[in-house]
Amino acid sequence: MEDLWSNLFWFLAGTVILLIVSLLHVAYLTYAERKIIARMQQRLGPNRVGPRGLLQPIADMLKLLTKEDIIPAQVDKPVFYIAPFISLVCAGTGIALVPLWENFVISNINVGLLFILALSSLSAYGVILSGWASNSRYAFLGGLRASAQVISYEIAMSLALLSVVLMAGSLNLGDIVRAQINSPFKVYLIPQLIGFFVFIISAVAECNRTPFDLPEAETELVAGYFVEYSGMRFALFYLAEYFGMLVMSALAVTCFLGGWAGPFEVPYVPFFWFVVKVYALLFFYIWIRATLPRYRYDQLMDLGWKVLIPLGLINLFLTALIKLIF
Amino acid sequence: MALYEELKTKFPEVVKEGFQEVDGEVVVCNREGFLDLIAWLKQEKGFIHLIDLCGVDYLGYKPKTFEERFEVVYHVFNLDERKLLRLKVRVPEEDPWQYSITSLWKEANWFERECFDMFGIVFKGHPDLRRVLMPEDWKGYPLRKDYPLFSEEEDWEPYKVLVEKYKRRG
Amino acid sequence: MSLVLEVNKKQKGKDSWEEPFYLNMGPQHPSTHGVLRLFLELEGETIVNCDPIIGYLHRGIEKLAENLNYNQTIVLSDRLDYISSAANNVAFALAFEKLFKLEVPRRAKLIRTIVSEMARICSHLLWLATHALDIGAMTVFLYCFRDREWLLNIYERICGARLTHTYVRVGGVRRDFEPEVIEELYRFVEEFPKRITDYETLIDTNRIWLKRTKNIAVVSAEEAFNLGLTGPCLRGSGVSYDVRKFRPYDAYSEVEFEVPVGQNGDTYDRYKVRMIELRQSNWIIKQCLDKLSETEGELVLAENSPDLLMPEKVREVSAQPHPKLGVMFKPKEKEIVPVGEAFASIESPKGELSVYVVSDGSSRPWRLRIRTPSFVHISAIPHMTKGHMIADLVAIIGTLDIVLGDSDR
Repeated sequence: MEDLWSNLFWFLAGTVILLIVSLLHVAYLTYAERKIIARMQQRLGPNRVGPRGLLQPIADMLKLLTKEDIIPAQVDKPVFYIAPFISLVCAGTGIALVPLWENFVISNINVGLLFILALSSLSAYGVILSGWASNSRYAFLGGLRASAQVISYEIAMSLALLSVVLMAGSLNLGDIVRAQINSPFKVYLIPQLIGFFVFIISAVAECNRTPFDLPEAETELVAGYFVEYSGMRFALFYLAEYFGMLVMSALAVTCFLGGWAGPFEVPYVPFFWFVVKVYALLFFYIWIRATLPRYRYDQLMDLGWKVLIPLGLINLFLTALIKLIF
Repeated sequence: MALYEELKTKFPEVVKEGFQEVDGEVVVCNREGFLDLIAWLKQEKGFIHLIDLCGVDYLGYKPKTFEERFEVVYHVFNLDERKLLRLKVRVPEEDPWQYSITSLWKEANWFERECFDMFGIVFKGHPDLRRVLMPEDWKGYPLRKDYPLFSEEEDWEPYKVLVEKYKRRG
Repeated sequence: MSLVLEVNKKQKGKDSWEEPFYLNMGPQHPSTHGVLRLFLELEGETIVNCDPIIGYLHRGIEKLAENLNYNQTIVLSDRLDYISSAANNVAFALAFEKLFKLEVPRRAKLIRTIVSEMARICSHLLWLATHALDIGAMTVFLYCFRDREWLLNIYERICGARLTHTYVRVGGVRRDFEPEVIEELYRFVEEFPKRITDYETLIDTNRIWLKRTKNIAVVSAEEAFNLGLTGPCLRGSGVSYDVRKFRPYDAYSEVEFEVPVGQNGDTYDRYKVRMIELRQSNWIIKQCLDKLSETEGELVLAENSPDLLMPEKVREVSAQPHPKLGVMFKPKEKEIVPVGEAFASIESPKGELSVYVVSDGSSRPWRLRIRTPSFVHISAIPHMTKGHMIADLVAIIGTLDIVLGDSDR
């Protein structure tokens, strides 16, 4: 009995801490994005709120919380209310399955990878439903684009991850990391170079980031699926996007870059290497946003179906072959 | 004046008069047969670039030497000979219409719409003649010389309707 | 009939399942470059039909000009294409000078050439910025604005205004360049080609950029004339028609420059043409600056140029306003300017800008007609977008380089 209570306590404490830490990360990710892009574009970026604008995300959050929640008259209200929550929950839950270091993972389930894939597929529902419920043509087009995009890139991503599963022989994320540490190269990045490439591109597309930000293409569809949202509901979509980036980066680190393992152990900071790798990937996301133009809808589909999925299939086949031989 | 002479012999019924201006030749034409003339100019003489098409209202113009109130002015340009030609067609007030040249230049579509919008000159054969710059329900033709200058927005019918609606609501 | 009306008619007797998808883009939309409204009929994402609706920025400049004196109308010309107002000023001044039979001093001609080429660089930089932003490349936008800012500061030194200059007068320009301005311009001319290379490295070899611009909105040379495209849009289709070469004005006959032409007439060619034009403009400014030193100390305004306050009350106001028609103007006997008409056109950054002025001898133009490139270019949008996608529509609006102040007048 004693054991159960203390287990529950630690579980809850861990969950709360992780939630707070990841929410802070998401908030400061927006700040980092604005600062880094500003630097790349020879601007200053936010610098008014707090020293060097460090309190900007908090000010933004306060502003969005206190803003009026406008609900257009013609919308499908229940769906309109619920859509942002679907998006956020599906994007954010994945972080619970990722092992941050050797012994720390909130939910250690054996089908972890499958669960994350399922969640990211579900998050498409948030986008589609919001696009449909808004009763706006821009939102509708954005929702259609998003669903097509998420479905087609989901396949490529799964194929890339399947090769990892083949190599590790497990769907459990912790086991995958352990298998990587015991593998000859220490990371799966080198044997799975094609897989990593496919995964990263699909991940960018999954998060609807430039150059695949078609569902919210600002210059075409104004804001895409969340054009009718305002206040906190708008902020939830925003959070979901950045949460998605965080989860995808964490997943990439876990599956390809060796998770918490690093060239040497850093004392007292067991998550050091994990965090460093995640930050590097997030920087990569921001970097391409500042550099690349946007794809057109049909070109995006071409890339997904004619390049990434065949590449993923070939990679899967090769991995299976190598696995069979050795 | 070479072009005027040529036009005069080729289209004696269409060409009225011609003179030389600072920037090029000016040829005044009749409405009837104008379409043939400009088509010939485009296809045979190489005036392929229609620079401008506009209307002019000559109501109350002191130095006027002709009867008709409106003029439709065409500027066409020949790229090979670098020659600018101004064609004028005079349109009387009673039946303000002119043949449309949209079959020759798609570009003329909006020019003619604008001319209709501003002067009320109807272009026969135009595929889509409606107002372009003013609202669709506008009354009157703003660039005519007898158009009231100091009219207020209250005179515009949709505005009145809007005000009425607002008043009723309180 | 307008597409909007047609839609209302169609929807009445039709099964709602077969109904096409209509999208009303604008007048408030981030990438219609102002208050352009496009009524689209879509099939999926493909555009079946497109109806541009303009007039939201109509200020009646042609009507206003009929009630202002010749010098005052130049102020109106700033508001046409507010990105390159110096070029518009020149067009108006040229037409009036032809009417007045004025000879402009050589120094003024050179200065005008410099400011209109600066206007071209300003306009093309803004075009590149917004075109790239429309296609999704964010960084180019700010790079271009940074360099445009430099030019605007020079403009401020020249005439005290950044956007609406009214620097050109009938018969010359308002005031001479200060020596500092010439120094700053020399510095700009030296530095600017490097900046152009910067932009080109950012987007020229980018595969996504090529995919988004190649074979989009292909216009053949014949079709371009038919649609009335001028300026870089026409040259992108392979026609080397440039008013600066064909009917030289100001100092363009004494400077050397090339007229770049494209081959396929697609969006990429138009982009390329404009990029080369940036370099050519830079070169023209450099040549003019060198020639300026030859004309040191000359007047910049012709001696017999009309006064700013041209005699008032030449067109008399009728004593009693007409009950229905309002106040009418009547011309008096006295002649201030020659009776007649004049036509002048310039190669404005966006295309061919032409001014046709009819005078009745009074101090005010009888009729002032402005042919603006944006007006014609917008009318070409339906022909160019057919069969393309929404994303391409945005690219096409960008490549036509339209400004709604220019088209609505």
